[in-house]
Amino acid sequence: MHFKRDGKGFVRQAADRLARIGAIGLSVMTIYGALSGAAQAAERLVEAGEGAAERLVETLIMAEPGDIVRIGEGRIELTEGLSLDVDDVTVKGVGNDKTILSFKGQSGSGEGLLVTSDRVVLEDFAVEDTRGDGVKAKGSDQITFRNLRVEWTNGPDANNGAYGVYPVSSRNVLVEGVIVKGAADAGIYVGQSEDIVVRNSRAEFNVAGIEIENSMRADVYGNVATRNTGGILVFDLPNLPVQGGRDVRVFDNDVHDNDTPNFAPRGNTVAMVPKGMGIMVMANRNVHVFGNRLAGNGTTHVLIAAYPNEYDDDSYMFVPRGVYVHDNVYGEGGGAPDGEVGSIISEISGTPVPDIVWDGATKLTEYASWVAAEDRIYVAEPEGTTFANLKIISNMLLPWGWWPDKDISAYAGSLPEPAPVKLPQDGGA
Amino acid sequence: MRWLAEGFAAGAAAALLCIAAAMSADAAPADDLILAKSPPKSLSEFGFFGDLRGQAPAAGVVPFDLNTPLFSDGAMKTRFVYVPAGKQAIYDEVEAFAFPVGSALIKTFAFPADYRQPDQNLRLVETRVLLRQQTGWQAWAYLWNDAQTDAVLKIAGAKVDIATTTADGTPLQFSYSVPNKNQCKGCHALGGEIVPLGPKARNLNRNHSYAGVEENQLGHWAAAGVLVGAPEPAAAPAVPDWRDAAASLDLRARAWLDVNCAHCHRREGPASNSGLFLTWGEQDPVAYGIRKRPVAAGKGSGGRDFDIAPGEPERSILLYRVESTEAGVMMPELGRHLADPDAVALLSAWISSLK
Repeated sequence: MHFKRDGKGFVRQAADRLARIGAIGLSVMTIYGALSGAAQAAERLVEAGEGAAERLVETLIMAEPGDIVRIGEGRIELTEGLSLDVDDVTVKGVGNDKTILSFKGQSGSGEGLLVTSDRVVLEDFAVEDTRGDGVKAKGSDQITFRNLRVEWTNGPDANNGAYGVYPVSSRNVLVEGVIVKGAADAGIYVGQSEDIVVRNSRAEFNVAGIEIENSMRADVYGNVATRNTGGILVFDLPNLPVQGGRDVRVFDNDVHDNDTPNFAPRGNTVAMVPKGMGIMVMANRNVHVFGNRLAGNGTTHVLIAAYPNEYDDDSYMFVPRGVYVHDNVYGEGGGAPDGEVGSIISEISGTPVPDIVWDGATKLTEYASWVAAEDRIYVAEPEGTTFANLKIISNMLLPWGWWPDKDISAYAGSLPEPAPVKLPQDGGA
Repeated sequence: MRWLAEGFAAGAAAALLCIAAAMSADAAPADDLILAKSPPKSLSEFGFFGDLRGQAPAAGVVPFDLNTPLFSDGAMKTRFVYVPAGKQAIYDEVEAFAFPVGSALIKTFAFPADYRQPDQNLRLVETRVLLRQQTGWQAWAYLWNDAQTDAVLKIAGAKVDIATTTADGTPLQFSYSVPNKNQCKGCHALGGEIVPLGPKARNLNRNHSYAGVEENQLGHWAAAGVLVGAPEPAAAPAVPDWRDAAASLDLRARAWLDVNCAHCHRREGPASNSGLFLTWGEQDPVAYGIRKRPVAAGKGSGGRDFDIAPGEPERSILLYRVESTEAGVMMPELGRHLADPDAVALLSAWISSLK
C-alpha cells in the first residue's frame, strides 16, 4: 500500500505500534486524540520504486482539498508531465537533494509539473531535466514554491526547457529558497501575475536568473543571481493579455559574475540579453532597485531600457516609467560588454561601461517637451558610482552634435516606494 | 456505426465504415452512473451501447461527426451524445452547446491494422466520456482490453503500443498516450472549468448518415429532441472540412487551427498567457500570430522570430511546432506523438499565401 486516504488510519496505526511496544496507554490515547482532531486532511505517501510514476500521477489527480502528498526519498523517473488541479494541497518531498523527480525520459507534456488550482504549496523536492518548463502554475491563487530545486543537469544548453519555476497568470505568488539551474530562458519567471514575493532563492547558469514580466506588485529580495547571462530582469512585453507591469521592488540581492554566454534560442526576447547584465528594467512602471550588491557583471550592472522591437499593440507602453535606483553597492564591472546590445552601449558610453546605463529613450512627444515627474528616471547612489544616459533618440536623430549624459547628479530625486507585498499564505492580508 | 479516418489516410478520408448500423433498442444508458460521484470501473456499465465492440449506440444515444476533427495520432473516432429524456441542450452560436445535467459525450479512438483497408482489423484503444454532473463536467478515459470485449477506467492514463501501416504503405509503430484525468482538462478547460470542445454549431453543421438517410446533424438533433434553439442549418455557422480542396485555403487553415489549437490558444484557455489566440472568430492578425513574437516558447521558437512570418512558412514558429514531435516543442503539447504531414502541408501553403 503506497498511499492512504484516511488520516485517522495513519494515526491509529501509529497508536497501535506504540501500544505494541509497550508505551503507556494513557499517553497513547492522548496522542491519538490530539492528532486525530487535527488530522482532518489525509496524508498520502508516494514512495519511490516500482510503479512510482503512475502512483504519483494518480495521487495528485485523486488528492482532495486539505491533503498533504508526501513524496519519499529517492528518484522517480517520469515519462509524462505531472499535474495538480485540486485546491488546498501540499506536495512535499524530504529535501531538494533527496526527493528527485527526473524527466529525462519525458515524451509528452509541456512541463514537468503543472498546477492549476489554488492554495497549493510545493516544497522540498527536485525537478530535473524536463523537456519543456520545470514547474508551472497557471491561474493559481496563493501558490507557494519553497525549497525546490529545478535543474537541467547537463548545464546551459539551448535545448533545455525555457523556465524553471514558472508561475503565470497567478495571484499571491511566493517563491522562496528555490534553486534553479540551466533554464534556457529564465530560472525563476513570474509572468502576468500580481502580488509576488521572490526571496532567498538562487538562480545560476540560466539565461535570465530571475524575471518579473507584465506583473504588478513584486518584491524580489535576498536572492543570489550569479553565473547567468543576466541576473534579474523586470520586463513588460507587448501583445500579452496582461499589460501595465508596475510597482516592483528589487532589493538586497547579490547579483554578481553573470558571465554565461547567452544560450536562449533565437526568437525569444531574452536572446537579446548580453552576457554580463546585472539588473535590467525594460518598459515597466515604478520599479525600485536598491540595496543590492553588484559585481563582476561584464556588460553593465544596471540597464534601464525601452523595448527595442517593432510591435503592434496600442495598449503597450514601450519606455520605462518611474525608475528609482539607489543605495546599491557596485564592484568592478562593465569591462567586457557583450553582443549587439553590449556594443551599442559601449560604443556610446566607452569601456568600461558605467555601473548604471539608461538608453534615454522616450516617446517622441516627450523628447520634444517634458516628462512628468513620476515618469522620470532617478538615481541616488554612493559617491563614485558611474552612470550614462545614452540619449538614444538623439543618437538616431542627430548623428552628430550629441553626446551621452554622464552627469549622475542631474538624475537626483526619488519616488515614493511601493508598500511591501503581503501574501495571505505568508501571514499577510 | 461509421468511422472517419482522421489522419494518414487522405485517400480514405471519405471511406465510411459500417461495423454495425443497427441501433440497439434494448440497451439504455444508466442515468445514475452518469451522475455518480465515482465513475464505474467498466465502460459497459454505462449502457451507452447495445453492441460495445461494434459501437452500436443504445436508444437515445446519438452519433455525430465533425467538419474538422482534432488530429490524435491518426486515430479513427466515433462520437456520440446522450441527453436524458425530456431534457435538451441549448444551442449556442459560438461555444459548445449548454448540455443539461445528466448528459454524456462519448468518443472512441481506434487504429486499423492498415490504413489502406481502414475497415478491417480495427483495434479499439480507448473511449473517453464527458459526464455533465450537477457541479460541472467530469472527464474519464477507458482503456480497451486486448480481447476487445470492454474498456476499463484508467485514471492515471496509459501508453499503448500501436503498429499499423499508413495509407502510402509505410509501416508505423509508436506509443499512443491515453490521457490521465488532468490531461483531459489540459485541453477541455475554459476559465478553469472542464467543457466539451467538439459539439459546437460550426463543427456540427454538416450531414450525417442516420440508418442510411443523410440528414443535417443540427436538424437531426433538434428533431430528436436533443437540442433547442437552433436556427435552420443554413443560418448556422459552419467551418469547412479542412481536407476539402474546394474550400478556401484561409478557411481550411483557420478551421484546422480552431480545432487543433484554440482549445488552449484562446483568451479563456490554458494558453491565454501566450497572447496567441487561434479561435475561428479571432480578427486581430497579431493575436492569431501574424508577426507576433513568442513569449514563453524557449526552444519551441526553433530559432525563428515570429509565430507566423507571412509568406515564409520556413520562418514561422507555428509551423515549426506543428511539425515537431519533440516534447517541449511540439504543439499541441498533449494528445499526439506523431506529426500530420497533411496538416503541415495545409498550414505551409496557407502561410505562403499570406502577405
